[in-house]
Amino acid sequence: MSTKATPRSTVPQDRPGPTPAGPFLQVRDLRVHFPTDDGVVKSVDGLSFNVERGQTLGIVGESGSGKSVTSLSIMGLHPPGTAEISGQVVLNDDNLIGASPEHVRRLRGKNMAMIFQDPLSAMHPYYTVGHQIIEAYRIHNRVSKQVARKHAIDLLDRVGIPQPGSRVDDYPHQFSGGMRQRAMIAMALSCDPELLIADEPTTALDVTVQAQILDLIRDLQQEFNSAVIIITHDLGVVAELADDILVMYAGRCVEYASAHEIFTQPRHPYTWGLLGSMPRLDRERTERLKPIPGAPPSLINVPNGCPFHPRCAYAQLTGGASETQLPELVETSPRHFLACHLSAQDRQRVWDNDIKPSL
Amino acid sequence: MLTYIIRRLIGAVILLFIVSAVVFSIFFLVPRIGGATPDDLASRYVGKSAGTAQIHETAVKLGFTDPIYVQYGRFAKGIVVGQNYNYGPAVEHCPAPCLGYSFITQNPVLPDLLDRLPVTLSLAVGASVLWLGAGVATGVISALKRGSFLDRSSMGVALAGVSLPIFFTGLLSLSIFSYGLGWTAPGGANPMDATNPLDWAYTMILPWITLAFLFAASYARLTRAGMLETMNEDYIRTARAKGLRERDVVIRHGLRAALTPIVTIFGLDLGLLLGGAILTETTFSLPGLGQYAVQAITNNDLPKVLGVTLLGAVFIIMANLVVDLLYAVVDPRVRTQ
Repeated sequence: MSTKATPRSTVPQDRPGPTPAGPFLQVRDLRVHFPTDDGVVKSVDGLSFNVERGQTLGIVGESGSGKSVTSLSIMGLHPPGTAEISGQVVLNDDNLIGASPEHVRRLRGKNMAMIFQDPLSAMHPYYTVGHQIIEAYRIHNRVSKQVARKHAIDLLDRVGIPQPGSRVDDYPHQFSGGMRQRAMIAMALSCDPELLIADEPTTALDVTVQAQILDLIRDLQQEFNSAVIIITHDLGVVAELADDILVMYAGRCVEYASAHEIFTQPRHPYTWGLLGSMPRLDRERTERLKPIPGAPPSLINVPNGCPFHPRCAYAQLTGGASETQLPELVETSPRHFLACHLSAQDRQRVWDNDIKPSL
Repeated sequence: MLTYIIRRLIGAVILLFIVSAVVFSIFFLVPRIGGATPDDLASRYVGKSAGTAQIHETAVKLGFTDPIYVQYGRFAKGIVVGQNYNYGPAVEHCPAPCLGYSFITQNPVLPDLLDRLPVTLSLAVGASVLWLGAGVATGVISALKRGSFLDRSSMGVALAGVSLPIFFTGLLSLSIFSYGLGWTAPGGANPMDATNPLDWAYTMILPWITLAFLFAASYARLTRAGMLETMNEDYIRTARAKGLRERDVVIRHGLRAALTPIVTIFGLDLGLLLGGAILTETTFSLPGLGQYAVQAITNNDLPKVLGVTLLGAVFIIMANLVVDLLYAVVDPRVRTQ
């Protein structure tokens, strides 16, 4: 599935950015810091983005770039006392940061829901799949068990589980990996959430099943008109689904633009690296993949200046700025945000000569 | 499932016979290997003034002169079909399952055991309810408030609980609550004499608490460790993501998973206790199976020792079976395999 990097032609090119009506989900300057004995882990450090209903945002980055921490902060799932969270998460004009835990709990599952990476460990092994969906539905809806059970069977049917009437009484271990993820999606969708966050929804799955699950998420999104955030390290996944893509590195946004722009005119060297390390079947296998050298930095000791500079092949072109100054996220062209010290001319030259021919 | 249960029951019967053979050998075969003659064995069960002829007569009467397999065969036959005994003027019939006659009092062993079982049962069941409730609740709270003053102090008390022997905590509580404050019945009261449940509880409350304290301590530690593990599982995050109340997350998702090993250990502990809580019964002078066992051992009354050991083995084997069956109920993943 990760073979196609061409964005869908239907992607509107005038995104992202706030719309006049006010975005459905607005994240402003989100910071999530974890104080530890070794120092403060700055997992997310000043992240902003918007998602509209019916729109899909892909958040992309390596492990440890702060993607999952971001999603857990939106859902209010960091255990109290562990994380210092600041900034704003505004869902439907309702700021969730600083709201009472009880208030956020009532929104969880009902207004916003989440699909997790590993559906086997994310479902309780001792309860049937049906029980877990029924439980999710009955938290927010005062209905009888029979009604909820019927709803659960409907949901299982809708996510493509065969014989939902009998599979509803199966335990998670009796489902295959893809079926479990479908059941997980059914559980997340049980209360028609307006915001759906999928955290690496296909990472634990077979490649053939991955495409089915992504199709399912897209179909259901259209049906429910939900806002969707897909978190992944695989650009191929978001190529299929996302309208906008936000590239994260070391807890910060380095590039944020429409999916079309990210795939046709990527501007950040890190994005180039991600694209270069993606296997492509629509090209001849003449060259090796180009992995990004080095490893993501420790979030306790983020390098000075641009956090990416120790791994960046073009850092020397900035005349030392990348080692001392943190690049600001600026709108380099309409709806295309970038945090990089490279000058426009250097960037264009490198893109034309080094990057574009090999992508 | 039914064939599994039947297979297990047959296995249990075979195991019981092995246990009985081993126990029988320990008391009847090992002295012989050690050089004791049948007359030496019999000399314990006659008066001090008895002559050699009388001792030999007793040895013959008790069957000590027969080969050991004949003696065991007689004992095993008694369990299955019953047996006739001739100890004195009349021949007495001991119906199956016959565990034999006491060498000292000449009472059949089984009715004695059944007389004392309710006392042990009262003690074990009452204490187990207490320790299960208190231990699990303490463990859950400790795990949730990990590192807090409450956690540290309750784990400190738990450490004391597992370390202090019953004959210390029992005697201490007797001296304070029974003899000092007069809140509870003094030791030696028979709970079976109680005429109403309140009276019964009054007699048993101190033994219950003392015994439960010992067990609750280890259950609290076990529950705490289990909860710390399960509350970090992904499915707990899922439960929270659904918008479940924290109380339900903890009890229905966290504790439900942490309870599995506790159910197993609870079954085995209860089975063990039903065979006689020797220290507690001795400390509080409760006429239960444990006290019976101690008396039988001090008096060298072999049939009694054999009987109480076998009954204990029955409880442990049954508890094992129940735990195995219960495991399939508690953990659905076991069922399909």
